[in-house]
Amino acid sequence: MTAPELDHTRPMAPQEAVPGPMGGVLEGVDVSCWFGSRKVLEGVNIKMDAGVVTALIGPSGCGKSTFLRTLNRMHELVPIATLAGSVLLDGHDIYGVGLRLTEVRRRIGMVFQKPNPFPAMTIADNVAAGLKLTGKKVADRDGLIEASLRRAGLWNEVRNRLDAPAGGLSGGQQQRLCIARSLAVSPDVLLMDEPCSALDPTSTRRIEETILELKDQVTIVIVTHNMQQAQRVSQHCAFFLAAENEPGRVIEQGPTDRLFSDPNDPRTADYVNGRFG
Amino acid sequence: MQTTDPQGSVPSDVPEPPPHADEPRKLEARLTDADRVYRAVVSSGAAATLLLITLIGVFLLIGAWPALKEAGFSFLTEKVWTPDGQPPRFGVAAMMFGTFVSAVVAMAITVPVAVCTSLFINEYAPRAVRRSLTSLVDLMAAIPSLIFAIWGLFFLVPALAPIEDWVVAQFGGWLPLAEASATGGSLFNAGLIVACMTIPITTSIIREVLAQAPRHECEGALALGGTRWGMITSVVLPFGKGGIIGGSMLGLGRALGETLAATLILSIAFEIKPRILENGGITVASGIAIEFRDAKEMGLSALMAAGLALFIVTFAINFLAAMVVSRSRSGAST
Repeated sequence: MTAPELDHTRPMAPQEAVPGPMGGVLEGVDVSCWFGSRKVLEGVNIKMDAGVVTALIGPSGCGKSTFLRTLNRMHELVPIATLAGSVLLDGHDIYGVGLRLTEVRRRIGMVFQKPNPFPAMTIADNVAAGLKLTGKKVADRDGLIEASLRRAGLWNEVRNRLDAPAGGLSGGQQQRLCIARSLAVSPDVLLMDEPCSALDPTSTRRIEETILELKDQVTIVIVTHNMQQAQRVSQHCAFFLAAENEPGRVIEQGPTDRLFSDPNDPRTADYVNGRFG
Repeated sequence: MQTTDPQGSVPSDVPEPPPHADEPRKLEARLTDADRVYRAVVSSGAAATLLLITLIGVFLLIGAWPALKEAGFSFLTEKVWTPDGQPPRFGVAAMMFGTFVSAVVAMAITVPVAVCTSLFINEYAPRAVRRSLTSLVDLMAAIPSLIFAIWGLFFLVPALAPIEDWVVAQFGGWLPLAEASATGGSLFNAGLIVACMTIPITTSIIREVLAQAPRHECEGALALGGTRWGMITSVVLPFGKGGIIGGSMLGLGRALGETLAATLILSIAFEIKPRILENGGITVASGIAIEFRDAKEMGLSALMAAGLALFIVTFAINFLAAMVVSRSRSGAST
C-alpha cells in the first residue's frame, strides 16, 4: 500500500470558532472482529491519511461497516462483539488506556447511515449537542453553530429557523445537520457509514460537495455501496469481500483511480465493473 | 351476491356513486364478516369497561346521597368523623389530607427510585444480571400488598425509628415538618410502605418505555463523545418523558387507593397537621376499612360518600395524567 504524502502546505480551515488540528492519521492494524463466535472480519490493515478521503467498498455483509465501527469504538456497543488488533490515531492505540473513551469518540466523529438528529432538540441545539455532551465550554456558541452549519453546507437553508425542531428537516438536511453536529466538536477524523444511502440524488450531491470541501480539514473515511460515489469523493479505496461462511477481508486497496481503472485482483475488477455485489 | 343483467347495468340496490363535488366525500367500505365479528367483540369489551365504571359511580352516588344531603358543603371541610352521633358530624377533609400526604410521600420516593432502577437495568447492568433483575422487579409487583404492609410494620418502621427520632430531635424545633411528639404510626411511614408497593409496577413500566429509546439516536450521542449519562439525559429521558409520567400516574393511582399499609401503620387520628413524622393520620381507603365494621345507617352512607370522593379524585388525576402523556407522547416529534 502506498499512502499519499501528508500535505503540509494545504491552507488552514476557516476556524474562527473551530480550533483543532487539520485531521488525524488513523490506522487499522490487523483488525479482526467477532460477533459471538462468528468471525466477521479478518486481518484488516488500512492506513487512513489526513487530507485524503478513504472509501471502503464491497458487497453487503463483507464487514466494511463493522470495520468502520471499530475505528471509533462503536463496535463494542454490541454486547457480543469482540475484536483483535489495534486502531492507531496519530500513533496512539484508541483501545489502550492512554486515550479516554469519550475523547476517542469526540476526536473520531461518525455520521450514520440513517440520519439521527435528536428530534426533540432545535436545529441549533443539535449542532451544539456535542459540546454539552463532552462538557466543553465555548465562548462564541452562536458563531460555532454558524461555522459548523456552513461547513456542512446547511447554513443557508436553516439560518432563519435555528430554533425549529430538527425533526422537521428533510432527510438530506437532517444528514447534513448530523455532519454539522459532528464537526462542532472539532474531530480529527470523520467516519461516514453510507451517509447517502437513504437520500435522494440532490441531497447526495450536496453531501458529496460537503465531503470534498471538508477533506482538507478533517480526515474522512466513507463506507459506500455506490461505486460512482467512491470514485467521485475518495482518493484512497479499499475493497472488502467475504467468501461464503468466511470472514470479510480486504482484497485490494490503493489509490481510487488505479483501483477502478487497473485493479490487480480479478474479484476487484468484477465488483467495480458491476458484475456482482 | 348481485349479478348484473345482460345489458351490464348496475344492479338496483347498489347505491349510485356520489356526484363529484369539490368537497371531502364520505368514505365507506364493505366489511368482511370476520371484521364485523372482531369489531363487535372489541367494542363490547370497551363498552363493558365503561359500563362498569358508570355502575360503580352510580352505586356510590346513590349510597352516598343521604350523607351528602345531611352534611352538605361541610362534607369537604369537616375533619371529624362521627356520622352516627347526635347530631352527625363528618367530612372527608382529614381523610383526603392523609391520602394526599401519604401519596405524595410515596411518589416522592417512587419516581426517582423507579427511574434510577430502570436506567441501571437498561444501561448499566451487565447483560447477565439484566434479565434476572427485570424479572425480579416484575415479581416484586406481584407480591401482595399485605406482605409489604406486615414487613413495614414489623421490620421497616422499627428499624427507621432511631433515624426518625434523630431527625425530630435535630430539626423538630424549627421545622414544622419534622416536629413530632411520637413517631412510628405516621403518614410519612405509611407513605414509605406504600412506596414499596408502587415502586415495582412503576419501575416495570418506566423500564419498558425507556428500553424503546431509539438506538440510533443513542449511538449518535455516544459518537459525539458523550458519556453514557450524557446519552441518557439527551436521548433516553426526553424520549421516555411520557412513559415516566404514565408509569408514575399508575403508581399514584395505586398509592391513593392503598388500604392495608395505611390501616396497619397509621395510628388513627382525624386531623390535619404538617407534622408528617408524628403519629396519627387517616386516609380515605383506610378510614373506610376501619370505620366500616361499626358503621350504622348514616355511617355507611358517609363512608360511601368518602368512597365517591376518592373515586372522583382518582379519576380526575388519571384524566390529567392522560392529557399530560398525550401532549408529551414519547418520540412524537421523531
